[in-house]
Amino acid sequence: MSGHSTYEPKTGFERWLDTRLPIVRLGWDSIVDYPTPKNLNYWWTFGGILAVCLVIQIATGIVLAMHYVPHVDYAFSSVERIMRDVNYGWLVRYMHSNGASMFFIAVYIHMFRGLYYGSYKAPREVLWILGFIIYLLMMATAFMGYVLPWGQMSFHGAVVITNLFGALPLVGEAITTWLWGGFAVDNATLNRFFSLHFLLPFMIAGVVGLHIWALHVPGNNNPIGVNVKSKADTVPFHPYYTVKDGFAIVLFLILFATFLFFNPNALGHPDNYIPANPLVTPAHIVPEWYFLPFYAILRAVPDKLGGVLLMFGAIAVLFVLPWLDTSKVRSMRYRPTGKLYFLIFALACIVLGYCGGQLPDDKVIPGLSTFILIDADLNSFVWLSRLATLYYFAYFLVVLPILGLTETPTAQPESISTPVLSHPAGLPAGAVAAPEKKG
Amino acid sequence: MLRKGIALAALGLALVAGPALAAGSAKSPEPVDFSFKGPFGRFDQGQLQRGYKVYREVCAACHGMDLLSFRNLGQKGGPFYDPAYPNPNDNPYVKTIAAEYQINDIDSETGDVIQRPGTSADAFPNPYPNEAAARAGNGGAMPPDLSVMAKARKYGPDYIHALMAGYVDPPAGLQVTPGQYYNPYMAGDTTPFWTGEGHAPKGGFIAMPPQLAADKVTFDDGTPSTIDQQAKDVAAFLYWAAEPKMEERKAFGFGAMIYLVIFAGLLYASYRRIWRNVAH
Ligand code: HEC
Ligand code: HEM
Repeated sequence: MSGHSTYEPKTGFERWLDTRLPIVRLGWDSIVDYPTPKNLNYWWTFGGILAVCLVIQIATGIVLAMHYVPHVDYAFSSVERIMRDVNYGWLVRYMHSNGASMFFIAVYIHMFRGLYYGSYKAPREVLWILGFIIYLLMMATAFMGYVLPWGQMSFHGAVVITNLFGALPLVGEAITTWLWGGFAVDNATLNRFFSLHFLLPFMIAGVVGLHIWALHVPGNNNPIGVNVKSKADTVPFHPYYTVKDGFAIVLFLILFATFLFFNPNALGHPDNYIPANPLVTPAHIVPEWYFLPFYAILRAVPDKLGGVLLMFGAIAVLFVLPWLDTSKVRSMRYRPTGKLYFLIFALACIVLGYCGGQLPDDKVIPGLSTFILIDADLNSFVWLSRLATLYYFAYFLVVLPILGLTETPTAQPESISTPVLSHPAGLPAGAVAAPEKKG
Repeated sequence: MLRKGIALAALGLALVAGPALAAGSAKSPEPVDFSFKGPFGRFDQGQLQRGYKVYREVCAACHGMDLLSFRNLGQKGGPFYDPAYPNPNDNPYVKTIAAEYQINDIDSETGDVIQRPGTSADAFPNPYPNEAAARAGNGGAMPPDLSVMAKARKYGPDYIHALMAGYVDPPAGLQVTPGQYYNPYMAGDTTPFWTGEGHAPKGGFIAMPPQLAADKVTFDDGTPSTIDQQAKDVAAFLYWAAEPKMEERKAFGFGAMIYLVIFAGLLYASYRRIWRNVAH
């Protein structure tokens, strides 16, 4: 946070370095002495969890890249060879493939946290936008990574997604040819995807640096959304949040380990263990679970170009969100009506994710035929997707702009230290016998 | 023009043909209580040996397993693992099995194509020299490689067991094309071939004839050789082949879990202690 640095070089070497490259000071100010609101709850631990995810993906990815062969004839078997013949290769590969899913679980929670507590509002707009750039890069990275094992879903997913760009007028065809490096998804495509899949995570790491920089200028938001007023509202990051984040990270790793060691293929699709075959199209092409909400939006529109535009629009709208929400109150805690709309929004996102994995014409309520509306029975996943898509956009374009002007928020506390605290110091009731006694 | 066609076809498939193809549904396989299921499950070595025998004597006539070498049979967790031979290449049982095969090679002195007995380092030989030969031998259908088959189908080993043991006579009213066999567990749609009453039967057609029969394979450990037993054993063997490091993975995971849970407990205790004097 802005303010003067409390770092005092202790050794001669530190003093010498501090006048030349104050890198220790930077670290001290950012993760040791950084003043942090003392009321952050566990939803705030996901930033640290995401950093761990990125490190895990990069570390395991580099080892995978030492053994992986980016060629259509060898890619599939090279991934299997890694799991069979490389020491602990199964661990590295399953960490990487399940790690991608964990990364997205964490990023979605992190994003919903921001939406609920109004972390995108002034003065944190740039921080929010940088977050969405990271998310876009993650989507590109994960999509290209999924192509690398060159299974049936890899290949046909790549065909479907790259073809989406072909819907753009004038430039569409040129863009797809350029993405493919030829006239179809083939060896050239696999090679460039590997190269970009290697590159993008390092770009993510760079943007993460900017994201943290943009965090440390205004400082953290907090669950009540009221600005930090005095030093009494904060605690130093270390040890208070290193230990809290550390605890949450280890809990998250337990979830990760449950998949990794006991059900490593649960989040994947069995078809991706069939080597890619351009001549055989799988009965049901589905992307990875973390793309399903967007896939549902894409398929909700009968027109291809319209679907593509709406899908990109679903992400674009988040970029301008800081200027769409007219409410001055950050935290939904003090916006009872807003909270209700927010919960429906979260539900709509889950519904979209579910619809993305279903066949559009299948019935939501089995056995019930209603009537055909435009192109499908009203009781179908395509109509449920349309409903949820409508709410998705309405939340940003109608609810948030209008609600901020019409609703009456409940009373916000004066400062972080004034509200009735959930955990007062000294722990009177649960105070363990003689908490002061050491050992 | 063509490119646009492919592009549209691809999207169209995702949007339209998907439901059409999936309209029929296959019977869900009954779960088998394999020893390797569950967080502590391990392979039953006797079962893997029987399963390998079924593969070798029946399936290997048509299906390759490109990702396996003979040495894999003797590695830790494998069907013929023997603690006396930590290096599976030295395992005499594995060497004997390998030597029973003739492997194509090049004579390094003359460059002539020769055949030599297999070694533990050799890959499982393929039944057909190429795909065309494989298709020609199977009425146009391609017997898929079985190395990771147990991971490449929904329900994995349960499915393989159900499929292999599940062939039944087609119900009256179902027309079966020559060279095809009806199987209720196979994916597909029987509607176009159904002339009977009511709903078309579940399942689909497969180009693989029924393979298993009672006593077709003699089990050295005296296990009665029923169709069901053969199907279970070969499914277990194929699961091992797809996930040969499963036992190592679960054991490692067990240790990792204990470590993580203790670590979480310590961190929680430190957290409570550090935050003790902060109202928040
Ligand atoms: C006579 C040759 C032949 C033999 C022997 C044979 N198969 Fe097959 N198998 C095939 C063919 C051909 C197919 C492809 C069927 C199709 O695509 O319709 C096939 C397909 C399969 C499939 C994939 C089914 C699916 O879901 O697509 C499995 C699993 C399978 N075989 C297992 C076995 C097992 C296990 C054995 C040994 C007990 C075996 N096969 C023996 C010819 C054979
Ligand atoms: C943002 C971080 C990253 C994400 C989200 C990510 C995601 C993915 C995904 C989803 C796959 C396919 C998994 C599968 O089913 O096999 C994959 C594969 C792969 N990734 Fe990454 N990855 C990341 C970082 C990296 C890095 C930094 C490297 C190398 C420097 C790398 C190298 C590879 C390789 C070689 C494969 C193919 C092997 C395989 O499929 O298991 N990845 N990645």
